[in-house]
Amino acid sequence: MPTRKNPAVPAQRANWELRLYVAGQTAKSIQAFANLKRICEEHLAGEYHIEIVDLLQNPQLAAGDQIIALPTLVRKLPEPVRKIIGDLSNTERVLVGLDLQPRSAPLKP
Amino acid sequence: MRSTKTKPVNGKADHGSLPKCLTGIHGLDEITLGGLPRGRPTLVCGGAGCGKTLLGIEFLVRGATLFGEPGVCVSFEETEEELTSNVESLGFNLATLVKQKKLAIDHVQVERNLIEETGDYDLEALFVRIGHAVDAIGAKRVLLDSVEALFAGLEDESVLRSELRRLFRWLKDRNLTTIVTGERGQGTLTRHGLEEYISDCVILLDHQVRETILTRRLRVVKYRGSTHGMNEYPFLIESDGISVLPVTSMDLKYKSSDERVSTGVPALDEMFGGKGYFRGNSILVSGTSGTGKTSLTTHFVDAACGRGEKCVFFSFEEPADQIIRNMRSIGIDLQRWVDKGLLHFHSVRPTTYGLEMHLVKIHKVIQEFAPSLVVVDPVTGLLHAGTAYETRSILLRMIDFLKERQITAILTTLTSGTAIQEQTEVEISSLVDAWLLLRDIESRGERNRGIYILKARGVAHSNQIREFLLTSHGVELREVYLGEAGMLTGSARVTQEAKDESAALIGRQEIERKQLLLQRKRQALDAQIAALQLDLETEVQESEQLIAQEKLKVEKWEQDRGVMVTSRYGNSGTQKENGRPAATAGKGK
Repeated sequence: MPTRKNPAVPAQRANWELRLYVAGQTAKSIQAFANLKRICEEHLAGEYHIEIVDLLQNPQLAAGDQIIALPTLVRKLPEPVRKIIGDLSNTERVLVGLDLQPRSAPLKP
Repeated sequence: MRSTKTKPVNGKADHGSLPKCLTGIHGLDEITLGGLPRGRPTLVCGGAGCGKTLLGIEFLVRGATLFGEPGVCVSFEETEEELTSNVESLGFNLATLVKQKKLAIDHVQVERNLIEETGDYDLEALFVRIGHAVDAIGAKRVLLDSVEALFAGLEDESVLRSELRRLFRWLKDRNLTTIVTGERGQGTLTRHGLEEYISDCVILLDHQVRETILTRRLRVVKYRGSTHGMNEYPFLIESDGISVLPVTSMDLKYKSSDERVSTGVPALDEMFGGKGYFRGNSILVSGTSGTGKTSLTTHFVDAACGRGEKCVFFSFEEPADQIIRNMRSIGIDLQRWVDKGLLHFHSVRPTTYGLEMHLVKIHKVIQEFAPSLVVVDPVTGLLHAGTAYETRSILLRMIDFLKERQITAILTTLTSGTAIQEQTEVEISSLVDAWLLLRDIESRGERNRGIYILKARGVAHSNQIREFLLTSHGVELREVYLGEAGMLTGSARVTQEAKDESAALIGRQEIERKQLLLQRKRQALDAQIAALQLDLETEVQESEQLIAQEKLKVEKWEQDRGVMVTSRYGNSGTQKENGRPAATAGKGK
């Protein structure tokens, strides 16, 4: 289910390269993808690009990004590389993880 | 010594039907009676730097090289490069094994500050990675080193715990023999309680520094479904991997030889019932310093080499050259045996390394050289490398080891001048079969050496103290002087012997003189007897002559009287007058 979104990149903002690691179409991975898409559309509309890596098909790719937990979202660009694990259901923490929101006082669980 | 030849049992099963997997680690397979439980995870725990990772790596390397079982190393702490260079010093070439597809290394890096957790997740990717590596090389063994790093990297401990449980289950299901390492926690085997999940086999590693010497120990805490050695076994990390020392045999069932062997000193053989000692015996030679312990032991060595047997001389005090030189002074040429390859010297300072290391070195040399006689000179030297208790246990294990192989052991021990002579400082006297005691006998401003056999199991041995001489042609034993003056040695003995000699000479002369005197007396008396005899004979002769003359005279007279009587019948007066004076005259003669 590799998906590409919005090939046009506005000049004023860096291109967001996101990679979502999953293992087959589990409930968690579907949930994660849905959450990711929603957040990206809300905050990064037109500036992002999501690559989905299914480790059941390409297990050798897990080592490269040091993936242990699934699902894992890796922000390849802009640097530095960030990792967010889980089904991305906590939007606030996803935004913090993607540096879209400053790491504020105590995070809600 | 690094090979599979020491394995006691096959890898399948020993007691019951639990399949086992040989680790190939020297000694560990003996303790576990055949290796780790096959197809199950084993927890190896211990403090930092105790050798967990090494043990795991060696498990994989031996599996790949000795048993044809490829392995996967999942390293949570070190990168492939770090691991490779770390174990290079042990002779493990991980890069080659990786190239040959006998080994796969996956470095799993977990850094909390790079990870944000949002919602539900699992560790499926880790499973995928391990599964992928296992499938790629057909691995049978897995090392997880150390999985506890995950606790530092992930926030949600409950997820982690359930995932670890699943992981170990999953490894079991795939029939992978796994070593999981874990850092020792306070009061628990591992910091995060991994022992909760791994209950088949738990091995605890430990290291202690005592009197500046490091000793590593290994203990099998539990092994479900199998018997195993229960003790703490010392182990070493050596130039060729780990060596665990299960040296204490679990039972005393080695064979005993009936063969008697010469000590190399004829008089000493004589003391051992005329036939020498039993092959495979452990012989203790004790004495204060300078009593000739080393000299005596070199006789044993010389005799054994002379028979074409191999000997190893462990010296903790003198270098080989010095021993060879010194022994030349008593007429023993050890150099020729060294040249012939029959004698091997292993000289090392006792404090160079710990006791276990000494024992391992001793084992190694013995296994490589396969001698029939081993000298340890002196065993008390080992005291410098550990405590008395440890030394004793090491010696016990060494003696066991030698006995198992029917190797004669000559152990010398130094007794200090003040200590009781019939007590060794390391208290191994009960372990040895024969004990030769060398002692000083001090008298009349001299110090002499005495030797006696304090004990010799199974040998009718002399109860006498002999004087022990070091001559230019070796050790000589002399009967000590036992007489009115007590036991004498050295010059006192020589003096006494000379004194006795002269006393005996005087006695002999006296007898001779008396005999001569008697003879002379006899001769004199004999002469006297002869003279008297002669006198008697003369007397007899003269008397007989006179008797004959008288007889003749009487006859004549009677004749004459007859004539006269006849004539008187004519003239009776004449007859009377003539007759009387004639008769008177005859009697007067």
